[in-house]
Amino acid sequence: MSTQARNDYAQFRQTFFAESAEMLADMDDRLEVLKSGRLDREELDAVFRAVHSIKAGAGMFDYRRLVEFAHGFEALLDRLRDGRMAVNPAVAGLIIRAADILAELVAAAQAERSAPDDAGADVMTAINTLMAVESVSAATAPILPPVNCESRCVEIRFVPHADLLRKANEPLLVIRELSTLGRLTTACDASRVPMLERIDTQDCYLSWTFVLETEAAEEAIREVFEFVEDDAEISHEVRTPVASEDEGFGLWLETPVLEDVADAAREQTPASVVNVDYGAKRPAVQTSIRVELSRVDKLVDMVGELVISQAMLRQELASHNLPVVDGLESLDALTRELQDCVMAIRMQPVRSVFARMPRLVRDVAARLDKQVRLIMVGEQTELDKTVIEELSDPLTHMIRNSVDHGIESPAVRCAAGKSAEGTITLNASQVGSNILIQIEDDGAGIDRARLVAKAIEKGIVPPGTVLGDDEALDLIFAPGFSTAQTVSDVSGRGVGMDVVRRNIQKIGGRIQVNSVAGHGTRFTLIIPLTLAVLDGMLISVGSERYILPLTSIVESFRPASGQIRELSGGGRIVSVRGDYVPLLGLGRVFGVADAVHDPVLGLVVLVETATGGRLGLVVDGLIGQQQVVIKSLQANFTAVPGISGGTILGDGRVALILDIEQLASLKETAA
Amino acid sequence: MSEFQRTYEDTLGMIGRGADQNGVRQFISFRVGTEDYAIDILAVREIKGWTRTTVLPNQPDYVRGVLNLRGAIVPVFDLRSRFGQGPTEATAKHVVVIVAVGDRLVGLLVDQVSDILSVADDNIGAVPETSIRGDHRYLAGIITQGDTMVVLLALDTLFDTLTLPGDQPAHETAA
Repeated sequence: MSTQARNDYAQFRQTFFAESAEMLADMDDRLEVLKSGRLDREELDAVFRAVHSIKAGAGMFDYRRLVEFAHGFEALLDRLRDGRMAVNPAVAGLIIRAADILAELVAAAQAERSAPDDAGADVMTAINTLMAVESVSAATAPILPPVNCESRCVEIRFVPHADLLRKANEPLLVIRELSTLGRLTTACDASRVPMLERIDTQDCYLSWTFVLETEAAEEAIREVFEFVEDDAEISHEVRTPVASEDEGFGLWLETPVLEDVADAAREQTPASVVNVDYGAKRPAVQTSIRVELSRVDKLVDMVGELVISQAMLRQELASHNLPVVDGLESLDALTRELQDCVMAIRMQPVRSVFARMPRLVRDVAARLDKQVRLIMVGEQTELDKTVIEELSDPLTHMIRNSVDHGIESPAVRCAAGKSAEGTITLNASQVGSNILIQIEDDGAGIDRARLVAKAIEKGIVPPGTVLGDDEALDLIFAPGFSTAQTVSDVSGRGVGMDVVRRNIQKIGGRIQVNSVAGHGTRFTLIIPLTLAVLDGMLISVGSERYILPLTSIVESFRPASGQIRELSGGGRIVSVRGDYVPLLGLGRVFGVADAVHDPVLGLVVLVETATGGRLGLVVDGLIGQQQVVIKSLQANFTAVPGISGGTILGDGRVALILDIEQLASLKETAA
Repeated sequence: MSEFQRTYEDTLGMIGRGADQNGVRQFISFRVGTEDYAIDILAVREIKGWTRTTVLPNQPDYVRGVLNLRGAIVPVFDLRSRFGQGPTEATAKHVVVIVAVGDRLVGLLVDQVSDILSVADDNIGAVPETSIRGDHRYLAGIITQGDTMVVLLALDTLFDTLTLPGDQPAHETAA
């Protein structure tokens, strides 16, 4: 294999797994509906397509186990699709298990390890047993789904001669045309299809029986077949509305049962029985293309540049006292819209992460003998793709925690006068340029006293510490902290909420916890919609300007001198409505010589850190609020303490974006 | 960036890139204080006049802050300060040479760009061992041009000593 070919192979393989992952996630999503008892046609089709595509891809890469399993699974779905088998709880359970195994096999193939030999064997046996039973009963069942003829029904038998295709006739066009006349049900007879090696692709082997529910005149129907009538046997029969049900369907039994030749027929037609409904609404096909993320990022960058250049142009015009040129206004609007559009490309519904949670809850609850119901709200809320990826781990961890630590066992719940089934609510909503995700359970709540006792025992806080309610709750985020009485395999290994908090901080978010003993716990994640754009406040510190993330700003004010207090050990505090908040002079921290140091002469911007701590930043003044495109400093330099990145202002100069978390740990240097 | 790189590549095509068949390479020489230095022309991305930079807090003196290079944030290093001759009083006449080091872009603040030198490999001398204490790892060689001496800089090691924390020269001597 040449290097080129090898690269191509690796790339195709990567694409296959990326697509499989997407399809499996989508499948999971759709199977959720199945659990609620029914699976409609659209869902079933989508699941079938997913399994079929995975099978096809797996075949290309010679993942035999995967192909075999997918093939069996596909056969089961196929029978459900054409109505030869009905969805009942047993079948539904089987499908869900089969989907699990399929995901497992795909994962095994991706990791290039072999799955356990018996993986899926039991499911496969169950599928085969089920199908054997069902095909016996299917043999006597009508092939056409019953059509309730409320209006006039016409039965048409259309048997093309073998040379129909050679005469440039296309049965599909006829069928399509027919479907415009009314509601059309189609049965295809593939019994004439020979073995593969004897197929002449120029010959037509299929024939059809249609039931057309129509008010159209016989003449109109005859017209449809006008061009093919010499190349096919065509017969039709009119059925009146009432008589249809019973007498009509005996006839279908005479057409050969399609099942046996179904595989051969697939060469010519995708499924034996097709519900043709061309005229009416077809399920909307989701059209999408696969684009490398780097290209989208590039586009985001370029548009960011465009916005900046445009702002520079405007400033330039203003500085020369030129009247604003016509069209600049619309250029303004267009660039803004363009920026929104480009940002939207990266947005995805949180559903892709949420979709994994029901299964997680089910699994964990089953293992712990708990009854838990998961309610999900706002799955459509959209978030930047990279943010979504970073959310997956923390959310999984927190949901697992809620089931394990939050929800009590049924017995305990009943004793406390609650319903045996606990409820966890996962709620996403957009608030301004942030997304709010809440995980709420109606469990036991967090026992603050036990939390503090545990923290003392583990040496996280010194003995005898008295903590406020919020501070006590904050302990769950301390590294190496776990309150589980026993270490279970579900959670309680002491790596936990501190990692969650770190992950959330990494994507610029914050986490808050509320808990009422006996009533439940609520975690709130506040996460920026995107990592690429930030709502900021431009502040001045001497001759320098900085961007402060708007979300962290609580308020700004000019304190009276009586509000400021110098501490003897160094440092200053300001009193804000009875609270004392440490002050940090940005000019001193960053060594800006000409900055205002006395807050009474400048401004204090009160900011809140992710941990809920407060800090008063002393600045010269506020310049204004603006949306900025975040640029990395590390791309060409190293990290700078207190600075999370940079952006480019309207005048083309770089402004640094402040990192509140790091600032809180910086000290003022003597001026 | 790629647009720019393409035109840059075209330009290189015209002036001849790298060492030709006679082992001749091209360098851009510039003046820092009283000394002449040279860097490989292939590393140079752009040469622009000095404009005010945004100061990065709590950095060594030779870090002159960052500037906006068509959307990328690029740090600027003051070579005079780095070579221990005190900070440059930068004016519009000073020059920032934008160079690529690995996959990073950095700006070097110099007094002026002097020349493009075509030098055969044979004419690049090794840096002699000296008894003067100092960090010479970023000096790659010495080019003799007539009666002047141009010091060839190794950008990779220079950049390492410019950005790696804790690797700042404790004591510098004039080159």
